[in-house]
Amino acid sequence: MDQFTLNLIVVGATFAIYIGIAIWARAGSTAEFYAAGQGVHPVLNGMATGADWMSAASFISMAGIIALAGAGGYQQSAFLMGWTGGYVLLALLLAPYLRKFGKFTVPEFIGDRFYSGGARLVAVICLIVISVTYVIGQMRGVGVTFSRFLEVSTDTGLYIGAAIVFAYAVLGGMKGITYTQVAQYIVLIIAYTIPAIFISLSLTGNFLPQLGLIGGYAPTGGDVTMLAKLDSLVTELGFTAYTADSSNMFNMFLFTMSLMIGTAGLPHVIIRFFTVPKVADARSSAGWALVFIALLYTVAPAVGAMARLNLTTTFWPGAVTGSALSAPAVSLADIESKPELSWINTWKATGLLNYEDKNGEGMIQYFNEPKAVAAANKALGEAKKALADAAADADKAALETAVTDATTARDAALAEAKLGDKTLAEMGLVGNELTKVDNDIMVLANPEIAALPGWVIALVAAGGLAAALSTAAGLLLAISSAVSHDLIKGSINPNISEKGELLAARVSMGVAIAVATWLGLNPPGFAAQVVALAFGLAAATIFPALMMGIFSKRINKEGAILGMIAGLVFTAVYIFMYLGWFFVPGTATYANTPDNYFFGISPLSIGAIGALVNFIVAYVVSMATKAPPQEVVDLVESIRVPKGAGKAQAH
Amino acid sequence: MADKSSSNAYWAANIRIILISLVIWFACSFGLGIILRPALKGIMIGGADLGFWFAQNGSIYVFIILIFTYAKMMGKVDAEHGVEE
Repeated sequence: MDQFTLNLIVVGATFAIYIGIAIWARAGSTAEFYAAGQGVHPVLNGMATGADWMSAASFISMAGIIALAGAGGYQQSAFLMGWTGGYVLLALLLAPYLRKFGKFTVPEFIGDRFYSGGARLVAVICLIVISVTYVIGQMRGVGVTFSRFLEVSTDTGLYIGAAIVFAYAVLGGMKGITYTQVAQYIVLIIAYTIPAIFISLSLTGNFLPQLGLIGGYAPTGGDVTMLAKLDSLVTELGFTAYTADSSNMFNMFLFTMSLMIGTAGLPHVIIRFFTVPKVADARSSAGWALVFIALLYTVAPAVGAMARLNLTTTFWPGAVTGSALSAPAVSLADIESKPELSWINTWKATGLLNYEDKNGEGMIQYFNEPKAVAAANKALGEAKKALADAAADADKAALETAVTDATTARDAALAEAKLGDKTLAEMGLVGNELTKVDNDIMVLANPEIAALPGWVIALVAAGGLAAALSTAAGLLLAISSAVSHDLIKGSINPNISEKGELLAARVSMGVAIAVATWLGLNPPGFAAQVVALAFGLAAATIFPALMMGIFSKRINKEGAILGMIAGLVFTAVYIFMYLGWFFVPGTATYANTPDNYFFGISPLSIGAIGALVNFIVAYVVSMATKAPPQEVVDLVESIRVPKGAGKAQAH
Repeated sequence: MADKSSSNAYWAANIRIILISLVIWFACSFGLGIILRPALKGIMIGGADLGFWFAQNGSIYVFIILIFTYAKMMGKVDAEHGVEE
């Protein structure tokens, strides 16, 4: 059976399971549609939260983001700590109290606690910006995974994915989504860990990747540790050491903090804790969620380090037993003929990986070009392009001189720059010949690199789709419930019947899927940057508002509204200054480089400061204005004690 | 709702547990994983230095233990103050 058929069977089987669950878990009431009837077992909710949280980015990209980072793998630990540590904040500071509150949406709590439709509206706006931003990436992830494994176009893949989500999200709401997410979690975790276990066994002899990360390097007998081996190879090739310290500890600190606070403030994660029966369940369910997330998040850094090591030894065969430069680089002939290297050309065809024999000696040398060489090569490339693009009748003498000059400058740079104890010129190198390695390849190509059977490759395809679909569904529910419950029921038509609201919720879900699909088909060019905005805003608006609503009886509506707006504006403006105003290309006030950052704070890390701004503004304004009314103080008293948390009131 | 005095003692106990938990949360991630890493380079966990290990694996394990311990302690406090469900 060929790989394509196998992929089709495995992916088709998982989709059949999701549809089956959708039919079984139809929602009959708004309580079921918004919160799965508050009857989800805490362990199952933990599993569903894991799938809800772990997106296409976590599954496909994160290991590569760690493995290939220019500043070394250690600096990227911010993602690992940030995207897990947020659950501690969620469990301690938000989930149990919001479960006790016992209603359906995040804006609803903010509206009730701050006795203001305005506060609820600000929360709805933040929620929609955050969730829509996020969902674009998921829809792209679905389309891209389809196109890579199932030989359909990205757009067709997106339509199929949207149809599947439509089936179980519109039919089952939170109930359908919860139980499909449980199934999706199981698929994605198996798909992620099997290749990781094999790679860990072959490189370190350890069955558990978590032990492999700190284990010995098996091919030379295990005396040298895997990380030490990796460090010595990458530094030999001119890269920053894998375990190198962060170049800006303050920024790494803030980035980690922003990701943690942002995670705890993401509405689609928070609403998962409305589905458990009791307050105590909300606490333990956050623990279970983190257990299931940790199964992937503690493996990811091991996959990253080992895949980087594999990549290096693939292109420098001598590196397996000695130093990288102790033997010639991999030859083109070997890449073409050796079966264990066939994955290189397979993935070259997808554009995720590319190589070019620049010096024409039949080998592919992978190394980090020193800055001067990289700049000289870039200048030479531009000069050559100018010459090639010139009109036939144009005066080419000046352009030809420019190319000659650029070549001389480049050769001078090559004679200066060293790799090992020789200069690049002495080694006959003109530049790095592994011209592209996409982050995603570190996970997607793993089964082939480890020479695993075809069904494992098919499982990785199904796992990538499960990760993207489960997160998309969770986000879409957060969006549609904000529209049907907070906007329609909350302000446009408060007298809507239960049946009418359920219909409105289904229609909102359908519309949300249509909009997300359209955005996935026509992604704004800035999709990647907007994720920074999503985390920044969640950290600077929703998290502080919720936390103050629970832990303070004095913060009033004026404070909360102005605090959220201040956090929102501060964070958005700082991000826009570096990434372009409203992400319009070319409108950035400052170039997005560390030299331009205030106190070295990157726009990705600003959410933590935005949260601080929110807290301060809310406190100062509240102190200067009237205390909240008695019924709000009573509400706060009531959410602080678990006793009396029943089913959500239909109110 | 529970009566006010019990609720206040209960809330104080809750806040105390939260604060202790947050200190541990901060210490294992921001502390050992980031700020103290350079100072603790000499201590190895297998093939990784202490700070690297806490940043990439260790802090996540601590987070898990922390949440379950919190849930368990709060269950006890709930019962002591008669506010459990």
